[in-house]
Amino acid sequence: MLPGFLKGSMTREQFRKAEGFTALVLSTLAALLGLFWLVFILGDVLVHGIKALNLSLFVNDPVPPGVDGGGLRNAFVGQLIITICATLIGVPIGVLGGTFLAEYARGTKTARLISILADIMVSVPSIVIGTFIYAILVRPIGHFNGWAGAIALAIIMVPVVLRTTENMLSLVPWTLREAAFALGAPYYKVITQVVYRGAATGILTGILLSIARVAGETAPLLFTSFNNSFFSLNMNQPISSLTVTIFQYAMGPYDNWHEQAWAAAFVITIFILILTITGRLIIRWRYR
Amino acid sequence: MIRTTKKNPVDMIFSVVTGAASFTVIIFIVAILYELVHQSGPAIERFGIWKFLSSTDWNPVTESFGALTNIYGTVLTTFLSLLMAIPVAIGIAVFVTEISPNVMKGPIGIAIELLAAIPSIIYGMWGLFTLSPIMSTYIEPFLKNIFAGVPVVGILFQGTPMGIDILTASIILSIMIIPFTASISRDSFNLTPAVVKESAYALGATKWEVVRDVVIPYSKLGVFGGIVLSLGRALGETMAVAFVLGNNHRITTSLFDAAATITVTLANEFAEADTDIYLSSLFYLALVLFVMSFITLAAAKFFLLKAERKYSR
Repeated sequence: MLPGFLKGSMTREQFRKAEGFTALVLSTLAALLGLFWLVFILGDVLVHGIKALNLSLFVNDPVPPGVDGGGLRNAFVGQLIITICATLIGVPIGVLGGTFLAEYARGTKTARLISILADIMVSVPSIVIGTFIYAILVRPIGHFNGWAGAIALAIIMVPVVLRTTENMLSLVPWTLREAAFALGAPYYKVITQVVYRGAATGILTGILLSIARVAGETAPLLFTSFNNSFFSLNMNQPISSLTVTIFQYAMGPYDNWHEQAWAAAFVITIFILILTITGRLIIRWRYR
Repeated sequence: MIRTTKKNPVDMIFSVVTGAASFTVIIFIVAILYELVHQSGPAIERFGIWKFLSSTDWNPVTESFGALTNIYGTVLTTFLSLLMAIPVAIGIAVFVTEISPNVMKGPIGIAIELLAAIPSIIYGMWGLFTLSPIMSTYIEPFLKNIFAGVPVVGILFQGTPMGIDILTASIILSIMIIPFTASISRDSFNLTPAVVKESAYALGATKWEVVRDVVIPYSKLGVFGGIVLSLGRALGETMAVAFVLGNNHRITTSLFDAAATITVTLANEFAEADTDIYLSSLFYLALVLFVMSFITLAAAKFFLLKAERKYSR
């Protein structure tokens, strides 16, 4: 319908054209706005981060506020340990769980239910998982510890890996399994030697993306692994992580801290973007 | 499901191990729910359910706790961010599916998805150091000049623009959830059968008319599911808002006021809670958040599954 005030000035066709043109311009602007935010945020992190980046950041431990120099070696190493432990716990559970859903339980109601619950778990607030781990692994022990952080991240990883594994295994043609069955192979051999090989790239990509997902998590570490201003490799004690350090330093009052927070933000962003882009490119190249 | 007559023992073990691994998902959910209820026991006993949810008190000194200010902050920031994100996200989906040349589709899709890959702590830090000063020096005074005198709407723009407030937090949140709605909307739009679109074009419809009258009605279930999913994400977002929301346990009406969401309260106070009832109340808050987001996400999943079933027919 033509709005009343336009009735005199435009024909119906002119109005439809103008309306269509406006809508297309607006949605182009929306896409540009999305790109603008991406460039704005990444550019900001790059500019501030590169300025603050230096070797001492990686090889030195923090110094007291006000003293120049110092670095975040403890946070880099801590983040690495927590992420590796989380991966070692979360990935096997996720891959095996996904295998069950796509193979032994294929098409059953149970498999469907678990898939749906896993999808929900992927988006459950990570801070809630932090409070849960605090209740079972920090409060009874009496102090913050690195394992609590790693397990919190692992819980976030499991549903992600599980769902991608399930999807990737489902893509392997059923006839391939039948061919292996016909040779007399038991199901576990079919899975490990035929199905896994067919889906290996996809599963690995899923693992990459899940590492990218947890490497930037802060909320579940705040009250599990907490923070530690000293270099520590002991997972039974509080251990520093980049993300919690960024939170603490950025909220702190010292300029020196802010610079180091930017540098840490730069490193973690680059790491995650490389993982994510690699993962996406592999998926595009392999599955489309 | 495959049934073999002669069970190989290794096969039995492998199926049990994989089965156990997949059941961890259910175990996690049940354990989280159980543990949160268990830990918030003292607070539930003391404040009850309705009283806790409706009380605006949040006072560690008098040990009187209520969730309403937190729920209010969570719901308000989520609502505002959706308001800002939905039009942009759908615009992006329209652009990617209908307007952009084919070579651009992939890169733009990846770029928008990268927005979702940036860790929330980076959003928060960027918000604190970059967006918040811009908001307090340029945008908020500008909005205040225009709207502060207007009746009714003016209430939203009272007070001194500090940049650490509901508006800044909602903007950051909206940027974070754009990718979720955009990518699901794009996928739903793509499922519209070409024949239906071509019929509309054959009748002389413009591109926009095809999108408005054919593509969107056809894919509205999926788009709606995507919106509900971003709603669920926004409810639980922590670090992006923790930097720029302040931590203010009051019900405020101005967008320029600091506020507190459930997540921000947890992030700021959990490690410092010194009394049992304080900690228990925080667990209670976490429980409220878990239930809220679980229901929202389950609803999102429901709509998306329904959409999937509709399209696959």
